[in-house]
Amino acid sequence: MLTERHVGRPRSRVDGPLKVTGRAKYAADYATNGLLHAVVVTAPIAKGRIARMDTARAEAVPGVLRVFTHENRPRTAWFDRSWQDQVGPPGSPFRPLYDDRVHFALQPAALVVAEEFEVARHAAGLVGMECEAETPETDLKRAMTEAYVPPKRRSGIAPPPKPRGDEAKAFAAAPVRLREQYGIATEFHNAMEPHATTVIWKDGELIIHDKTQGAQNSQDWVCSIFGLAKSKVRVVSPFVGGAFGSGLRPGPQLFLAVMAALSLERSVKLVLHRDHHFGLMHRPETFVTVGLGATPEGKLCSVQVEAVAATSRFEDHQEVVVNWPGLLYDVENAAFDYRLAQLDTHTPSDMRAPGAPLGMFAAESALDELAAKIGICPMELRLLNHADEDRNDGKNFTSKELRAAYQVAADRFGWRHRSPEPRSMREGQELIGWGMATGVWEAQTVKMSASILLRADGTAEVRCGTADIGTGTYTILSQIAAEELGLPLPAVNTLLNDSAYPAAQVEGGSWTAASAGTAVQLCARSLKEKLLKAARGITNSPLASATMEEVRFTGGRIVLARDPSHAVTLAACFRELGEEKIEVEETATPGLLSKMRYSSYAHAAVFAEVRVDEELGQVRVTRVVNAVAAGRILNPKTARSQILGGVVFGIGQALHEEGIPDHALGRWMNHNMAEYHLPVNADVPAVEVIFVEERDALTSPIGVKGLGEIGIVGTAAAIANAIHHATGKRLRGLPMTLDKVLPR
Amino acid sequence: MPDATPPAEPALALPPPLTLALTVNGARHAVEIRPWTTLLDLLRDRLHLTGTKKGCDQGQCGACTVILDGKRVNACLVLAATRPGSEVRTVEGLEGPDGALHPLQAAFIEHDAFQCGYCTPGQLCSGVALIGEGHAGSAEEIREWMSGNICRCGAYPHIVEAIREVAGR
Repeated sequence: MLTERHVGRPRSRVDGPLKVTGRAKYAADYATNGLLHAVVVTAPIAKGRIARMDTARAEAVPGVLRVFTHENRPRTAWFDRSWQDQVGPPGSPFRPLYDDRVHFALQPAALVVAEEFEVARHAAGLVGMECEAETPETDLKRAMTEAYVPPKRRSGIAPPPKPRGDEAKAFAAAPVRLREQYGIATEFHNAMEPHATTVIWKDGELIIHDKTQGAQNSQDWVCSIFGLAKSKVRVVSPFVGGAFGSGLRPGPQLFLAVMAALSLERSVKLVLHRDHHFGLMHRPETFVTVGLGATPEGKLCSVQVEAVAATSRFEDHQEVVVNWPGLLYDVENAAFDYRLAQLDTHTPSDMRAPGAPLGMFAAESALDELAAKIGICPMELRLLNHADEDRNDGKNFTSKELRAAYQVAADRFGWRHRSPEPRSMREGQELIGWGMATGVWEAQTVKMSASILLRADGTAEVRCGTADIGTGTYTILSQIAAEELGLPLPAVNTLLNDSAYPAAQVEGGSWTAASAGTAVQLCARSLKEKLLKAARGITNSPLASATMEEVRFTGGRIVLARDPSHAVTLAACFRELGEEKIEVEETATPGLLSKMRYSSYAHAAVFAEVRVDEELGQVRVTRVVNAVAAGRILNPKTARSQILGGVVFGIGQALHEEGIPDHALGRWMNHNMAEYHLPVNADVPAVEVIFVEERDALTSPIGVKGLGEIGIVGTAAAIANAIHHATGKRLRGLPMTLDKVLPR
Repeated sequence: MPDATPPAEPALALPPPLTLALTVNGARHAVEIRPWTTLLDLLRDRLHLTGTKKGCDQGQCGACTVILDGKRVNACLVLAATRPGSEVRTVEGLEGPDGALHPLQAAFIEHDAFQCGYCTPGQLCSGVALIGEGHAGSAEEIREWMSGNICRCGAYPHIVEAIREVAGR
C-alpha cells in the first residue's frame, strides 16, 4: 500500500466512541463547584407591556440568589450594532430583559437564579407579572395585505433575480396556463439538545459552553454587548446536539447566563425549557404563488414566482425562496417577487435549507400539476426544460449532473412502471402513489482558517473554529489531514468550535466541508513543503533532489514515488529541523473569480412512494430514493446520513410539522414536542441515497459542494406529488395532514 | 443545600430533604435529595452522570431514557424518591467491565446510527432494553417500539439496522 487512502472512503465517525458512551460533553454537561442554576420566566402575553413585576415571593424562597428583570438588569450596550452578529438580518435584534415591552409570545421576561435547579424552577412559578395587553397579529393571511419588499437586503442572501423577457405577455399567450398558491406552515427546529449555556466564572474571566454553530460568533457577541475584552471570554463548544440553523445567531440563553454570571460573580448554567424554544426560533410561514405558461408539448414559455414570508416587527429576515425555478429550468420569460409581512413573533431563524424547500415545494408541485394537465411524465417535463446554464445570472454552472441523477433515481425507484393515472394503483384499502421532484441548493464557500500541529511521533491535531453539529466535520477533516500527510486516521485528532481556534465563520449553509476542508488541505500541503525541504537538507539525503510531485507521504515517511526504497521518515525531518512539532495555519478564501464567472449548485432527484388509507386519510411514506449530485463525496458513510437526515426533515415538513397559532392570543397552541409532531422511527421508511459521480474543480479546491441541506429540498414536493398520484387530490398546503387528505 | 427556614407562607418553603439509596451502573449511592428531584436531575446534577440527556423534561422526546429495574423509562418522569433501592443502568453502564463497548454501541458506530449524538444515550438504553423485551424481531417491530425516542437528525433507518444486527445474534 503506497498511501493511506481515507478521502472518498466510508469511515465511521471519529467522534463515535465519545458519543455512544456518553462522554461527549454538550453545553449543559459542564459543571463546577458552586454552579448556579437559572430558569427563565416568560411573559404571559404576546404583545403589550409589563406594567408591574412582583419578584418578592420568588426571592424569598431559600436558595434563590436573584430574580433578574428589565427593572434591575445590569447596563448593557445601547446601539443595535452592538447586538448584531455574523449572520443576523437587518433590523434591531431582540434584547432580553431590555425594557417593559413584550414583542412576542413566550418572550423571556425574568430570570431566576438559585443554588439548585429545582429551587429556581419552583421560584420561577412565584414570579408575578401584571401586563397591559395589546392585540397581536400572528395571521399571515391578514398581514400579507401590507407585505413589502425589504428595503435593506440581508447580507449573503441573493435577492430575487431580475425579470427576463416579458413574463406577463408570454403567460397570457401560452396555450397551457397554470397559476396556484402554495403555503408552508411555520416550523420549529427542535434540535434534540435544548439551547443551553454554562458560564464558568473565574475572577472575572469567562469560559462559556454555549449551544452554538459558531463559537467565535458567540464570543464576539458577548464581548460586544457586555464590553468585555476577547481575552477575558472564551467559548468552548466541542459538541452540539443538532441545531439546523437555530444555533447560527447567539441566543437569549447566552446573554442571560453571562449577565447572571457577571452580576453574581458566580458560575451559572441556563438550559432553556423545550416550550420556550417555540417562542424564539422558527421557519417562517410562507405563501408562494407560481404561474407557469407552457406549450402543449410541455416546453415552458413563462415562469412567475411570488412569495410572501413572515418576519418580525423588528428585523427583516430574508431567505432565497423564489429564485430556484428560474435557475433550474430553461425559460425565456420569468418574473420574481419576494416580500415580507410583519407579525408579532420573534424574528424567524434560518432552518435547514432556508427558503429552498418552500419555493421548491411550490415550483415542483406546480410542475407536477402542469405535467398532469398536459398528460406527460413529470420527469420528462423536467428533462424537456432542463437548463444547461444559469439563466437567472447568465452564467455557466461549475457542474450539473442533474440529468444523471434523474436517470439513476428513476431506475432504482422503478419509475417506468408507474401508471400515470391518479388512483390507478392500490393494495387493499390503501391507495399507492408515486411522485418525484427536483432538489437544488447553492454550493457556497466562505473564508475559514484552520491549523495543523504535526508532532515528530507522527500524530497530528487539526484545529478550526467552526462546528460539527452532527454533520461529520470532525471525521472529514481528520480524513483530509490523514490522507495528505500519509497518516493513519487515528493519528489525527480534530478539535472544533472553540473561540481560541483559527477563525472560521459559523457552521451553516452547507459550506463547512468545502471551506474548512480546503483550509485543512492547505495546512497539510504547507506542512509537506516544510518537511520535504527538511528531508532534502539531510546529509546524503535519498530525496536530495526530489520535488513535491515526485514524492508521496505515506506511513510516516516521505518516499520517492518511482522508487520507494528512497525514503526519509518524518522523524528524521523533525530531527533535521531541530523541532519536536510544527504547526501551520492557513486560510481558505472563496475563489472570487470563479464565483463571478460561474454558478455552483448541488442538485437532487427525489422519488417517493406513499400509501394512503382511503378511509382514514392517513399517509405513510413507504419508499424514498434520493439521487444527489454534489461534487466529490469525502465520506460516503457520513454523507449518506446527511442526505437521510434531510429526507427525514422533508417527511416532517410534508406530513407533520406545523406551528398552530391561536390568533386571538397570538400564541402557539402546540409549543411542545408532543403536540408539534416530528417524524418518529415508525414514520420513516427505508431511504435509498445515491451519489451521482460529479467532478467539480471550480466550486472548491477539494471538489466538494456540501450536503447538509440538499437532502430536504424537493422531498415535500415529491411526497405531495405522490399523494396526488395516489388520491387524485392536489394538496397545496404543508403539512398534508389527514384532514386535508380525506375527501370532503 | 440551603436550609429550609420556617416560611412566611407554605409556597416559600423548600420540601425537607430525604436520603435515597440506589444503585447506578453497579455502584451504590446514598444521596440526600428533595422529593421534587427527578431521576434525570439526580443522575446529571448530583451524580454527574451527564451521559443521560435532557431534551424536553416532560416525557416527550426519550433523550433521557435509562433502564430502571430492567425497564426502560423516561428519567425525567420518575421522581427519584419514589424508587428507593432501585437499580439504574445508564449509557455510562453499557460498556463491559473490561471497557469494551456493548455490541449495540459498536453497532451504532458501524451503522452511523447517530449524527449529533444527543439522543444517542437514550436510543442505546432503549435499544438494549428493547432487545431484552423481545420486541426486536423485525424492522417494522423495531420501528414501532423505538418510536418513543426522537432523533431529529433522522438516523432512524440506521438505528433500526444496528438493533437488528445485535438482536439477530
